[in-house]
Amino acid sequence: MSDAANRPPHFKQPLLTTPFHSRTRACSTVDQFVAWAGYTTVDVYTTVEQEYFAIRNACSVYDLTPMVKYRITGKDAENYLNRLVTRDVRRVKPGRVAYSVWCNDDGHLIDDGTIFRLETGEFLLCTAARQLDWLLDSAIGFDVAVEEVTESIAALSLQGPTSCAVLKALGLRGVERLRPFDIGRFVLGGADMTVSRTGFTGDLGYELWMTPADAVSVWDRLMIAGASSGIRPIGSQALDMARIEAGFIMPNIDFVPAEASVRIGRGRSPFELGLEWLVDLKKGHFNGRRALVAEQKRGAARRLVGLDIDGNKPALKALLYADKSCRREIGAISSALWSPTCKRNIALGLVDAPYFETGRQVWAEIYLCRELEWERRVARGVVVEKPFYAPARRKVTPAWDR
Amino acid sequence: MTAIASAKRYDAVVLGAGHNGLIAACYMARAGLSVLVVERNPYIGGAAVSRQLYQDFTYSNCSYVCSLLRPEIMRTLELPLHGLQIIPYEGGCTMMRDGGHLALYDNHDALRREISRHSKRDAEAYDRFARDMLRQCRFIKPLLMRTPPDPTSFKPRDLMELLYLGQRFHRMGETRMYETLRFWTMSCADFLDEYFESDIVKAHLAGSSIIGTALGPRSPGTAYVLLHHYMGDIDDAVGAWGFARGGMGAVTNALAASFQASGGEIRCNAGAERVLTSGGRAVGVALADGTEVRAATIVSGLDVKRTFLGLVDRKDLPAEFHRQVENFKIRGSSGKLNIALDAVPSFPAIPEGAPCIRGDLHITDSIAMMERAYDDWKAGIWSQAPYVDMLIPSQIDPTMAPAGKHYMSVFVQYCPYELASGSWDDGKRQAFGETVIQAISRQSPDFRKLILHAEIRTPWDIENEVGLTEGNIFQGELTMDQLLFNRPVPGYAQYRSPIRGLYMCGSSTHPGGGVMGAPGANAAREILRDLRRDDLRLDGLH
Amino acid sequence: MTAPYHSIVIGGGHNGLTCAAYLARAGKRVLVLEAADRVGGAAVTRSFAPGFKVSACAHLLHQMPQDIITDLGLIRHGLVFAAEAMPTISLAADGPHLRLPARVNGGLSGEDVTAYSTFMARMRRFAAHLRPMLSRTPPRLGTGTAADNGALLRLAWEIRSLGRTGMRDLLRIIGMNMYDLVEECFASPALRAAVAFDAVLGTNFGPRSPGTVLTFLYRLAAESGACGAAMAQPRGGMGTVSDALAAAAQAAGAEIRVAARVARVAVRDDRAVGVLLADGETIAGRHVISNADPRTTFLNLLGAEHLDTGFVRRIDHFRQRGLTAKVHLALSAAPPFRDLALAGLRSRMIIAPSLSYVETAFNATKYGDYSASPAMEIVVPTASDATMAPAAQHVLSAVVQYAPYSHTDGWSAVKQNFLDRIIETIETYAPGLRGLIIAAELLTPADIETEFGISGGHWHHGELAFDQFFMVRPVPGATQYESPLEGFFLCGAGSHPGGGVMGLGGRNAARQVLKKAA
Repeated sequence: MSDAANRPPHFKQPLLTTPFHSRTRACSTVDQFVAWAGYTTVDVYTTVEQEYFAIRNACSVYDLTPMVKYRITGKDAENYLNRLVTRDVRRVKPGRVAYSVWCNDDGHLIDDGTIFRLETGEFLLCTAARQLDWLLDSAIGFDVAVEEVTESIAALSLQGPTSCAVLKALGLRGVERLRPFDIGRFVLGGADMTVSRTGFTGDLGYELWMTPADAVSVWDRLMIAGASSGIRPIGSQALDMARIEAGFIMPNIDFVPAEASVRIGRGRSPFELGLEWLVDLKKGHFNGRRALVAEQKRGAARRLVGLDIDGNKPALKALLYADKSCRREIGAISSALWSPTCKRNIALGLVDAPYFETGRQVWAEIYLCRELEWERRVARGVVVEKPFYAPARRKVTPAWDR
Repeated sequence: MTAIASAKRYDAVVLGAGHNGLIAACYMARAGLSVLVVERNPYIGGAAVSRQLYQDFTYSNCSYVCSLLRPEIMRTLELPLHGLQIIPYEGGCTMMRDGGHLALYDNHDALRREISRHSKRDAEAYDRFARDMLRQCRFIKPLLMRTPPDPTSFKPRDLMELLYLGQRFHRMGETRMYETLRFWTMSCADFLDEYFESDIVKAHLAGSSIIGTALGPRSPGTAYVLLHHYMGDIDDAVGAWGFARGGMGAVTNALAASFQASGGEIRCNAGAERVLTSGGRAVGVALADGTEVRAATIVSGLDVKRTFLGLVDRKDLPAEFHRQVENFKIRGSSGKLNIALDAVPSFPAIPEGAPCIRGDLHITDSIAMMERAYDDWKAGIWSQAPYVDMLIPSQIDPTMAPAGKHYMSVFVQYCPYELASGSWDDGKRQAFGETVIQAISRQSPDFRKLILHAEIRTPWDIENEVGLTEGNIFQGELTMDQLLFNRPVPGYAQYRSPIRGLYMCGSSTHPGGGVMGAPGANAAREILRDLRRDDLRLDGLH
Repeated sequence: MTAPYHSIVIGGGHNGLTCAAYLARAGKRVLVLEAADRVGGAAVTRSFAPGFKVSACAHLLHQMPQDIITDLGLIRHGLVFAAEAMPTISLAADGPHLRLPARVNGGLSGEDVTAYSTFMARMRRFAAHLRPMLSRTPPRLGTGTAADNGALLRLAWEIRSLGRTGMRDLLRIIGMNMYDLVEECFASPALRAAVAFDAVLGTNFGPRSPGTVLTFLYRLAAESGACGAAMAQPRGGMGTVSDALAAAAQAAGAEIRVAARVARVAVRDDRAVGVLLADGETIAGRHVISNADPRTTFLNLLGAEHLDTGFVRRIDHFRQRGLTAKVHLALSAAPPFRDLALAGLRSRMIIAPSLSYVETAFNATKYGDYSASPAMEIVVPTASDATMAPAAQHVLSAVVQYAPYSHTDGWSAVKQNFLDRIIETIETYAPGLRGLIIAAELLTPADIETEFGISGGHWHHGELAFDQFFMVRPVPGATQYESPLEGFFLCGAGSHPGGGVMGLGGRNAARQVLKKAA
């Protein structure tokens, strides 16, 4: 790429720009960028609230390029992934996507991500953070090739009730027939594009995968096609609101990736993070299985749960107590939000046994800074089921296309 | 020569105004003792000095970077108030024989992209490496400022300390305990092989494990020395290294000022000749000028060989102790060039504008090259392709050189104390310097012509000037047999000696060398305990 | 299909056979599967030229505990020694040779002779305290179980029981290198080197490498309770030992099948349930015990898919590349070692004239080259055992330090040169040797890998070093002869206490299997 040759050296400009940068930069009015996996990406374009409502009300466009992508191929690709992750990859058919997590030997979460089965022996693994070291060491004893392809695939996430309509307007015929976690291949203006019905918002949505050379033209076409459907680029902050409503967890926010933690006792198992539905203990051996079997026998000591907190002040980083007098500490909140759609004060928090059971009452100690005066509030919270928001349209096929 | 008794009596006399001697002296003076520090040279500082040997250039002519100096010592002794300022520098770089280079940058993304130029995998394995270094640092750091327990003792204090260590170790959990055991006994090369595939990455990181030691990167027991690079503690930025503004003498000058502010006295040109004893107890010290100074507590900052083979009557020592001191390994393995430069030399391997030029620069691009440098030392010759640790502090600290000119410190590994061909002389010293200059010139075409003055120091010179046996910068090898409760001598690792009232506070004692100051502070704590002055509870002393 | 065996041992090396023998003696139904067409693994006697036989790897038996010999009745099963209590002669190119145990000769001063006996007494005392460790299962840390805590306390007590002075001495020297230690103790360069050579023989170290005092003490500890007064030569070579072990195992009821190569360990419901042979046969067993090296065991026999990444990473990091070669010469007459008559050839001869000689020999291998002037342990088995060669002809067997596993230029290009260098080196001490050579064979670590199926060709199945020793041997997660997989055990030299024809790994493993099965 000529672009790569021209860019300033890494010691002068450590962050890369995505192939959409010329467009995202132009759309940014408040100049608020954030580093993500080695790229500079938009944190907020205009206002977080407006961007958020594009997700729930119309169609949001999010530059997904920095998502770290690994192409996994070879005779043992399926066995390799099946040993790597907690789900049974053999049950993921070509043309399908699966969300999964993977653990270290202790059964503690390294990361979560999506596995795209492109062909029988070809997978794409998408993750938030780089982990080639772990993936390659996991390949010892397997006939498999693991290659990072982040820079050679540009990606956009279209999320929201009109996202299917926008794609149809773009000319992707039949896109509405994609079921959740389906992969479809389309041709747009002579260029190949892969579309998956996936996302990180818990809403109807699609992810578009293309070569970087096509990135700008796809963006431009999308903006034209979606003009009447309320299309709007969104930054990371708006997306984060939607993912909390959807009950999705974030590394380094809701858990520390086990292979990156320095301190003792920071690792979290999928059971502790409420992800047992992703763990298939019957599929044969996989990384961390023996530790997870032992943990299952012991029973979980803590669990990441959804919380509904009284009042409307987000309980960001609040400590949790069993009692209103805040004597017995039982956990802490990792993500919190006043949900504009649910009109509830929601949070994700790690809670000790037995307080994590649904319906239990806990107390959150919230500190509010109001014009430089600090106010302490102890708000009641109730453990509730996740997700907080799950519109039916996210699953309906054929998808809404109006 | 008849002794002239000094009029004044002191509570304590410290031998040697190096950083550890001064630190011990500071703590004692702060506890209310009257303390005298005697120094052989006309200037203080020991191996932490700034000297003007050529025009207006300031040379940190022994130690040259500051990272290990314990922050609790700096704080308690108010060193910033007394003029100490430490300026961090960013990264470092190894230039390769094929014209390439590897630099380290503080910015994580820049670092990853830099390492990926050599190996994408290594760029990410680096995070695992850094994580494991941090894990080990977290375990080891609190132990630096503690007196090692005697594992053969049944005294409550030793048992409690062993228990403390055992519990700390146990808390890591099974897997990390094994990792720690392995880490402390592995060779640096084997350890790095568990992370990296690229030779240049391994070579760059390995450097810090061989500096000052008579071991090669393939010698077991060198892996843990990598920690030295990660234990730097400037403003809590773990891993940061820095220059003392004004050169390393700024450290000892600040210590001296702190000491004097607490009422301490320093006497230069006053080398100790002999520790005076009476009835198996230290009672004073005889100085080279013939004076005798009386004090019930004598604290030696000199290395253990100098102290017990040089200043103490053999019959005052148990034969076994004497033999153990003789067997203590202090090996000269490092040389130093201090160079006044007309300008910053050009290094074509380093890209224009890269900040690593202001960090530590190296020219050894493989473990094999480093190991061969060690093989030369074993054969009694200086390394023909030496490992160098070069820095140009005047790029950051303007006080080191006249405007536009620069000072370069070149630490050289390996250089024997005694050559196979016999002792050092002027010709050999020049030839050694020439080897180093030639090696650097291969990476810098204009280096030689920019040299205004070069001071060449062999281990023999360092011994003679600074007084370190064999010129060893750590006052004793940092091998498994000479660490913790074995340092310097099994049974005498708690800063006390077989002679009552005579203490050790130099780097020959736990936790060893580097301008860290922990031995001095730990020794002071033990002395004050013996004097029942430990109720003063000085900050930073447990 | 027949009822499952109690235990299936993969590999009929000396440890596998010992393990099987002990299990069978405990009344268990045991099957040993050996890929080669005879048992013994690397402890075999093989023909290398018509009429000439030699022990393929180790050629002296000096570490097999007397109690194993007694327990298993190995003498009854055919073990005979052709030579016992063999002295060591450090060859000198000129002047008198140095004989050990030392006496005033060979240029040794009276001080050095005294120093030598003082030194050996000091080291033997430590060795005696460390010896019980070899016959035990090393404890695990942090498990909090009574067994592990007890074992740790016992270890601490054994070291404490040396007394304050002894304990201090041990805790200091154990981390040292031999080079420094012998310099502290002796004046004679030849004596220094001869003592230090024992510390590096079979290791990946030179005399200056820290950790060599540990390997020295380890060797001494293993020898201290050994049969045959340390250095002994079994009649008929090391194969006799393996044959006796096999006979003992069979007498106790174990079945042994040769030419039965195991392809995979059979796994069901996350436990080992038997093995699958290369010819497709499946054999069921409730316990599967591998005598193979750790890499082969876990990556080839079991397979990474049954293991976690972190564990596989540790196996991958286990250093198991050999640095020792073996040379066999078929000679038309007794080798003409200077000043040594045939009786003198009944000793263990070493070529290690000085510390720097050995260290220099080691240097080359760090850069992928063989030693131009290698250090060696030489025996002439035919001097004591006429069965090894045609009448009046002789065999010279030499353990050669050092040869890298892979040579920078490829072994095929340089192997002949190395053999020439070795012969030249021996000829320095035995002028005229070359003219007597009928056949010569060199086994590099790569050859040992191919011939005996030991990945990396290391005699000890893995470097002996602090970080691969005792509690962490071979790797955390596979200590105590166990593995992450239920029912799957290790008994080879890759486990504690390591290599050398000792049989302790096999016996310890058998005990652990029985404990688990109980």
